[in-house]
Amino acid sequence: MTELPVLEIRDYRLNFNTFDGVYHALDGVNLAVGKGQSLGIVGETGCGKSVTVRNVLGLLPSPPAEVISGEILYNGLDMLKVTPAEMQKIRGIEIAMIFQDPMTYLNPVFTIGTQMIDVILAHQKALDKHARKNKKQARAHAIEMLRKVHLPNPESQIDRYPHELSGGMRQRVLIAMALSGSPKLLIADEPTTALDVTIQAQILDLIAELVEDMGLSVIIITHDLGVVAKVCDNVAVMYAGQVVEYGTIDEVFGQPKHPYTEGLLKSIPHPGKPPEELYGIPGFLPNLLTPPVGCRFQARCAKAMDICGTPPVNRNNVGHDRTVLCHLYEEGFADA
Amino acid sequence: MLHMIGKRSILMLGMLLGLLVITFSISHIAPGDPAALAAGPDATQEMIDQVREEYGFDKPLVEQFFIYVGGIFEGNLGRSVYTTRPVAEDLMVYFPATLELVLYSILFAIVLGVPLGVISAVKQNGWVDNVVRIVSSSGVGLPMFWLGLMLQLYFSLKLGWFPLGGRLDLMTDPPTAITGMYTVDALLTLRFGVFFEALHYMVLPAIALSFPALASIVRVNRAEMIETLSLDYVTNARAQGISRFRMIAVYALKNAMLPTMAIIGLRFGWMLGGTVLIESVFDWPGVGLYALQAVTASDFEPVMAVTLILGAWFMLTNFLIDIIYGVLDPRVRGRA
Repeated sequence: MTELPVLEIRDYRLNFNTFDGVYHALDGVNLAVGKGQSLGIVGETGCGKSVTVRNVLGLLPSPPAEVISGEILYNGLDMLKVTPAEMQKIRGIEIAMIFQDPMTYLNPVFTIGTQMIDVILAHQKALDKHARKNKKQARAHAIEMLRKVHLPNPESQIDRYPHELSGGMRQRVLIAMALSGSPKLLIADEPTTALDVTIQAQILDLIAELVEDMGLSVIIITHDLGVVAKVCDNVAVMYAGQVVEYGTIDEVFGQPKHPYTEGLLKSIPHPGKPPEELYGIPGFLPNLLTPPVGCRFQARCAKAMDICGTPPVNRNNVGHDRTVLCHLYEEGFADA
Repeated sequence: MLHMIGKRSILMLGMLLGLLVITFSISHIAPGDPAALAAGPDATQEMIDQVREEYGFDKPLVEQFFIYVGGIFEGNLGRSVYTTRPVAEDLMVYFPATLELVLYSILFAIVLGVPLGVISAVKQNGWVDNVVRIVSSSGVGLPMFWLGLMLQLYFSLKLGWFPLGGRLDLMTDPPTAITGMYTVDALLTLRFGVFFEALHYMVLPAIALSFPALASIVRVNRAEMIETLSLDYVTNARAQGISRFRMIAVYALKNAMLPTMAIIGLRFGWMLGGTVLIESVFDWPGVGLYALQAVTASDFEPVMAVTLILGAWFMLTNFLIDIIYGVLDPRVRGRA
């Protein structure tokens, strides 16, 4: 990457202090998104995808979350250290987020218009403390945003309550809300998981369209590899709180290097493949209260060796801007 | 919304009919011969029959019921043997006193309880929360009359800050009866001195009466706020840049108020029953004291009338709560 990334996460470690002990949720996550680029983060449920991005906007309650090390740099500003006032100027204005389940992310007792106008006014206030509230203008802006996400009849829909809208429509509303402050970076946390398949495609097309339109950088979190292939330039594969493989879509999906990525790609069902050939990675995610020493994937890995039980496991460069977290690609394993 | 109010009103009429059946059966179906009782121990059979005819006890039960209900609609609630006046007249004097006490108590409980619940939830496990939890647990458990006695002992007898009981000083001329509530009447007749005096007399009984309600409002509101603050739409509001204060005081509280409203309604209903104890402790000349005297004097008709009022009161508060629910929650409104 030649120019400075918009968002860069470096050596990010995060624990959850629970009643059962310390849960090592993230262990040295490294990621970067360039200007106008889109990054996909994929992995199984519970691998730390969402946790990785939540704290970009300071959304993890602490306790129980505790940052052990690392930086989340947004244009050079460490998001883990900003003051609440600075954070208010970034939320929705610089970085916006959309979430998984449109059913639960809208407040049920306010109309969507009230909620959108509130957000728009909050942005104005964060940027200029003395800004005068102009509800009419905010409402016009909200309607314009709803039109942008192709919600039919935005002038009348704006006064409806969330429960009167379908899941797809609600996700459109949430996207409109997130983009109302003209952010530079959009983080989409499983934006299509809770939707019907037909709606999923529509929402993805919409996101792709808006990204193009507004020149956004995007991070899309998903466990659906198809989504990533469709929308993203780069992809980070996460497993048990670590990024195990990173590279462009073509490289990672075309020639997976990490045994976990290989397994993940093999386990995608598709219509031409008879069900008995469907592959599943044996075993389960390790318990991160007591993470395995060395490689976190070793117990499930078909290519596990003795050395896999010995730390450290290094991030190995295997090409331009392409890394793999595996002993197989250590110098000296040239034959791999 | 109108549809909902109409539906609830019809439902309430049905319940009112049920209530009338119950109060009617207290005197008319209960064992024992009321005519013999009324005629006295030395009455001859002839005299008893005469009384029976006079009171209409010889007519069929159904007819008697209609006579009873018809009487109530004409404002005839019978006559008290103890005060020798019509029960309706007695109630015109005593009910406003009780209503005033109950209104101040519930107001106190809400105004103090809701914010305390919110603070307690936001600063979970902080010192406010700890104090609130101890006091509210004891508030649910402590008998109201005991608290009343303790308040009297300490604040009236020991410190002398508040009067022991009654509604006004014996020497003070009560304000002209417009509503029968002294504080309201005093304001309406511009007698501010009397207003403050009445308020001064109100403090201890209102606190004692409100305490169990206050305790349960705090507990429910705290629990609901904690729950609501962890919900997805609150996270979304934060991510979009809504300020912390607005998120708590508007986004979360409006949702948390739904279950809190239910407990407020229930407690408001119970309070009228609680006045029986508090009014006897504080010598408050209201319905509770009136009912107590009637019960001890085996004075049937006032007891029936008070039972009717207590029941109707409960229905009315539930009706009001239903409407407030509809105002707060659009989903309830739609369902009707």
